[in-house]
Amino acid sequence: MLVYILRRIIYVIPIVIAVALVCFLLVHITPGDPLVAVLPPDASAELAAQMRAAYGFDRPLPVQFGLWIWQALHGNLGTSIATGRPVLSEVTQAVGNTFILAVTASLIGFFFGVFFGLIAGYFRNTWVDKLATSIAVAGVSVPHYWLGMVLVIVFSVWLNWLPAVGMGSGGWSWDWAHMRHLILPAVTMSVIPMGIVTRTVRALTGDILSQDFVEALRSKGLKETQVFRHVVKNAAPTAVAVMGLQLGYLLGGSILIETVFSWPGTGFLLNSAIFQRDLPLLQGTILVLALFFVFLNLVVDIAQASIDPRIKRS
Amino acid sequence: MSATDAALQAAPGQKARGYWATVGRRFSRDKVSMVCAAVLLAIVLAAIFAPWLGLADPYQGSMVRRLRHIGTPNYPLGTDELGRDMLSRLIYGGRLSLLIGILPVVLAFGIGTSLGLLAGYLGGAVNTVIMRTIDVFYAFPSVLLAIAISGVLGAGVVNSIVSLTIVFVPQITRVAESVTTSVRNLDFVDAARASGAGAITIMRVHMLGNVLGPIFVYATGLISVSMILASGLSFLGLGTKPPEPEWGLMLNTLRTAIYVNPGVAALPGVMIFAVSICFNMLSDGLRSAMDIRN
Repeated sequence: MLVYILRRIIYVIPIVIAVALVCFLLVHITPGDPLVAVLPPDASAELAAQMRAAYGFDRPLPVQFGLWIWQALHGNLGTSIATGRPVLSEVTQAVGNTFILAVTASLIGFFFGVFFGLIAGYFRNTWVDKLATSIAVAGVSVPHYWLGMVLVIVFSVWLNWLPAVGMGSGGWSWDWAHMRHLILPAVTMSVIPMGIVTRTVRALTGDILSQDFVEALRSKGLKETQVFRHVVKNAAPTAVAVMGLQLGYLLGGSILIETVFSWPGTGFLLNSAIFQRDLPLLQGTILVLALFFVFLNLVVDIAQASIDPRIKRS
Repeated sequence: MSATDAALQAAPGQKARGYWATVGRRFSRDKVSMVCAAVLLAIVLAAIFAPWLGLADPYQGSMVRRLRHIGTPNYPLGTDELGRDMLSRLIYGGRLSLLIGILPVVLAFGIGTSLGLLAGYLGGAVNTVIMRTIDVFYAFPSVLLAIAISGVLGAGVVNSIVSLTIVFVPQITRVAESVTTSVRNLDFVDAARASGAGAITIMRVHMLGNVLGPIFVYATGLISVSMILASGLSFLGLGTKPPEPEWGLMLNTLRTAIYVNPGVAALPGVMIFAVSICFNMLSDGLRSAMDIRN
């Protein structure tokens, strides 16, 4: 097992370096001066050169990349051009807020996905199955930013039950005043993982039910509820793995929902970085989100292998 | 081969139908798929022939008739925040929305299939180089990658198509590579090689026909994701620019109207949803039609 974990970690190192390189190049191959956001249009060539030197934009690209990586390893992702604050502190705060949203959405999506998937797989080809499958297809096909708008129309504009934007005043805490801000964005975000988990668990349940051991359990005289318990136990590892990956997608893909609900997370940060052409902030945010995703993939792989030893061999 | 055998055994007197003919027949009997195909066809045809449908000018606004409700005489689907006819803008909007949603998948289908075929058939160093590069792109969640690339390239239709193509190439390449690897060592490929066919001929003539089906099904499903993402980019201001009618952009500009006229504000999303769900259902229908063993 330890060998497997080590091998997986070693395999991840080149990926991490390549990811950093992509983040770096993405921003540097773009046309236009990276300082366009801070320099006044009538700035002298001298001032522009000074600023370029201050941000290190005057050195050759490989040197800039090396310096950037070196600094990043020491926890310094540079300074935001727009706000003048360190990129790392901006990103950390935003990641925390996105985490609250994405983890809540994952839990909701996972719960309903497993529920719908199990009953759909168990009552295959009945109306229950058809209903659950339709909900799943709708979940993965709905433009979630639109679903967010619709939920705001219903629950904020018409019923006036829940707030439409923001995450409440002051810092976050798990009380009702703050949590009521979380409900609409989290539910909106949960429909995609819900749909994907439903499909996965439905297929898994079908496979498990057609295996010989289920027949053996039944002929042993087990009640259907007990057989069902075995199905759940067999489906759980894969469902958890799928959910782990979905959490990664939600963390990286929260921008649309955060824009709809003005949730101050990483998506919101990306949005302002893009439109203010704040390149260090853009670079840093993308890097942190991508590294999270790589890390989650690694954790899911290792967790799966520790549950199911067959995976290690492949 | 086994499918043909089964067909021969099941119906000894009849002429065996080809694989694709069987798939086509099964697919056309699937009611859900046919309904979805009809809906998509209607939306696509309406978008193509929009100028000849006698619709109102989708760019012509009016300050006196802004945000009319659905069902207003002369404006069956109301008007938007600048007083433009919604029905006309929704139909015209299909032109850009469908283009930026479908084209990236078509491009990625071509590029990804070629890369996957090369990697899967040639193996060795070529495979390592292609697949490890693909792995790097897999390290980014697709929404993040799409937004990062478009954010850096700047807003615009072409940039949005380029960024989505880059997002989908790795996914299709992976599917193409794994399908190709699974048929590479089958007897008929050996037979072709033994009879003197070169690598390119084998890939083009013998492999392509066998791997195209699964990749095509996968790509059909991707269009659903692509529609949502492409309109999402416009929704963020990273795709189409005003005053062009495009569903994602319309959703964005109508966001402030949800307090005044929620019905009209939600309409563009209904179109995205409809197209996306239909492509998903079609992909599912195709997959089960091609799964002849069951």
